[in-house]
Amino acid sequence: MARKILTEHINVPGIETFEVYRKQGGYAAVEKALKTLTPDEVVEEAKKSGIRGRGGAGFPMGMKWGFLAKPEGIPRYLVCNADESEPGTFKDHHLMKCLPHLLIEGMIVSSYALGANKSFIYVRGELMYVIRILEKAIAEAKANGFLGKNILGTGYDLELVVQSGGGAYICGEETALLESLEGKRGNPRNKPPFPAVKGLYQSPTVVNNVESIANMPWVINNGGEAYSAIGIGRSTGTKLISASGHIQKPGVYEIELGLGVEEFLNSDEYCGGIRKGHHLKALVAGGSSVPILPAHLIMKTAAGEDRLMSYESLSDGGFATGTMMGSGGFIVFDETACIVRNTWNFSRFYHHESCGQCSPCREGTGWMEKVLHRIEHGHGSMHDIDLLVDISKKIEGNTICPLGDAAAWPVASAVRHFRDEFMWHITHPHEASQPGAVYQGEMALV
Amino acid sequence: MEEVKPQLIKITFDGIEVEVEPGTTIMQAARKIAEADDSQAGLVPPAMCYYKPLPSSGGKCRACLVRVAQGSTKDPRPMPKLVPSCITQVQEGMVVENTTNEAVLDTRKSIVEFLLINHPLDCPVCDQAGECHLQDFAFEHGSAKTRYEEERRTFDKIDIGPFIQLHMTRCILCYRCVYTADQITNKREHGVMGRGDASEISTYIEKAIDNDFSGNVIDVCPVGALTDKTYRFKNRVWFTKPEDAHCDCDKCSGKVVLWYRGDEVIRVTARKNVWGEVNEFICNTCRFERKKTSDWVLEGPTKVKRSSVISANKYRANLVTKPDFAVKLAATQFKNIDDSRPYVTDTETIREQSVENNDKANHRSLLSRNN
Repeated sequence: MARKILTEHINVPGIETFEVYRKQGGYAAVEKALKTLTPDEVVEEAKKSGIRGRGGAGFPMGMKWGFLAKPEGIPRYLVCNADESEPGTFKDHHLMKCLPHLLIEGMIVSSYALGANKSFIYVRGELMYVIRILEKAIAEAKANGFLGKNILGTGYDLELVVQSGGGAYICGEETALLESLEGKRGNPRNKPPFPAVKGLYQSPTVVNNVESIANMPWVINNGGEAYSAIGIGRSTGTKLISASGHIQKPGVYEIELGLGVEEFLNSDEYCGGIRKGHHLKALVAGGSSVPILPAHLIMKTAAGEDRLMSYESLSDGGFATGTMMGSGGFIVFDETACIVRNTWNFSRFYHHESCGQCSPCREGTGWMEKVLHRIEHGHGSMHDIDLLVDISKKIEGNTICPLGDAAAWPVASAVRHFRDEFMWHITHPHEASQPGAVYQGEMALV
Repeated sequence: MEEVKPQLIKITFDGIEVEVEPGTTIMQAARKIAEADDSQAGLVPPAMCYYKPLPSSGGKCRACLVRVAQGSTKDPRPMPKLVPSCITQVQEGMVVENTTNEAVLDTRKSIVEFLLINHPLDCPVCDQAGECHLQDFAFEHGSAKTRYEEERRTFDKIDIGPFIQLHMTRCILCYRCVYTADQITNKREHGVMGRGDASEISTYIEKAIDNDFSGNVIDVCPVGALTDKTYRFKNRVWFTKPEDAHCDCDKCSGKVVLWYRGDEVIRVTARKNVWGEVNEFICNTCRFERKKTSDWVLEGPTKVKRSSVISANKYRANLVTKPDFAVKLAATQFKNIDDSRPYVTDTETIREQSVENNDKANHRSLLSRNN
């Protein structure tokens, strides 16, 4: 069995209650950090661990903490981003549902490191039952003296607030999340100023993903160096992967970064291979917003090396032949999946979720969706394919927040790797628009 | 004692050096260049959402994206993405490329395309035509054709109070009116509902804005989405004559522009600067109710840009020299001719080809006649 950091005790019965969690060694990190370490030492441990943000961008967490401005007399905030809405990603949901105390423990340690006395967990609005689980866990922690005033007699105060989101994907973007938390319309802010300088209520704020924060108790207990020893290169530690699609065993798996993609896909410990009698066609490695890759490119990089589950290896080859780690939404397609239909589906999602603030994303996502709809339903023409590429290029990089990029990449990569399938939809409109019709020809080679 | 002036920052914008105060945005630096030298007016990035009198506006339309080729003297790396010039602050030694960069112009062209996707082409019946920012922007940077074939979004017209009409179909969601309602009026009743291209400007459950300064949303609107109901369909803006005037008003500064048709005042608006921004916001009484010359003290004709259609056939205004815009436009629009195709110079071949073409044409016309 591979090493587990987050999900070691996930199958212990009653782990969602305080007593059982404490018996399994829970809240030891809070005791250690608050009693023996200074906040700066905790930040130092986070830096040493080399842990990278698990929300999608993969920015080193310790470095992010280091950027936090610390002006006198102004409160600082820690906000946990639990607004997980990316299609194909469901790890945070699983983690919060099964191990609410792990997140709370991480929040206490991280808030202590940043000097925050009030921290927020912004949970996706659809997960109402998870909010109740978290609130119950917070009440338990408070009753046992791990939250509230003067925690463990150290003089450190912390209040944890769980906030329900309103049901918008865009509120997972950190500045939109802060706007939403302030009670406004969830529109992303222009940066700079970054949240580390002016975030929640114009105060310095750090926004971290659930999984990043949940790693902190282990880092404190075992030291940052021990954490950085796990994994490969600059991708340290373990990562939760939400596997879905045409595989034998969909679910959330904790893997050590650096595991081979092929092993993850085919071993019985993880996905258990493609469903019987079918073979792999394409794979989205990190949630719907990262580029889709055909089978031959996901197993091996363009240079012929084995592709590994790590930030570097997955993005090897840039956007031409690579993809991204993203948030770890591992979506597998076998040969019965229609790439055009799937791309249209993703595009429809981004069209629906665009906040409508900046023009390229507001108009471009809708336009791409309509063109894809046209192609999928047998009304496309050849120049529509180039039009799609052109629109995606014009959106990418020209928007306020990364939603524009996230909408453009899946479309651009689908056309790049599966152009012949798009062409088949146009040349065989009648066949292609039949329900369940899939292109059976040769896969395009880059 | 002399006043201590802050150290000025020197930046290079399209090859022109300019010194500005710290905290200035790239857009303001570019405007400073143009204000000093009228012939450089074409350099200034277009602004569809940015509005200087309204703090925190800007950054939304992406029309003013520019490339920063050098971040500052300290950190000479170029910025990885195009940046919105209206909200990006200058730094010492910054080098900005606007009209000199192909990628910037290309992006701007696509922004026009995006903005026009859901904008109706009803300029012939739109009150804003002639003073519409989107019209200017599309004329300068857009292309004559659209690649968009699908249906456009449409909305019903909504009356916001007795004087203002909202025609959401024309809206480009610049948020200027939202900021106006937020910052100028004391009751916030105006905002954006919905998401993406379905979002719409709305008063809360279509409640009428009854505020003395609500009329200013008409002036800040870059397109014809918010129009003056007392002026709707009365006239075309280029047939009217603007005159500066003022009055004693207990609510506002009373400094306005009267728009005349003959002797009749058909519209009253606030005074705008050369960038189309209101100098001083005016109250609804001045705007909608004082429509007689006797209500006002006239100051003389309003200065209108020579390039504006409002100045057409009227040379009374203090003329501003026309920027060498056409020359620049030509330089960006025309590409080198591809002359790799072999030319036929032999007269015999030319004759043969023309005879052949003639035959084809005759054949086609015969076919069409027979059918």
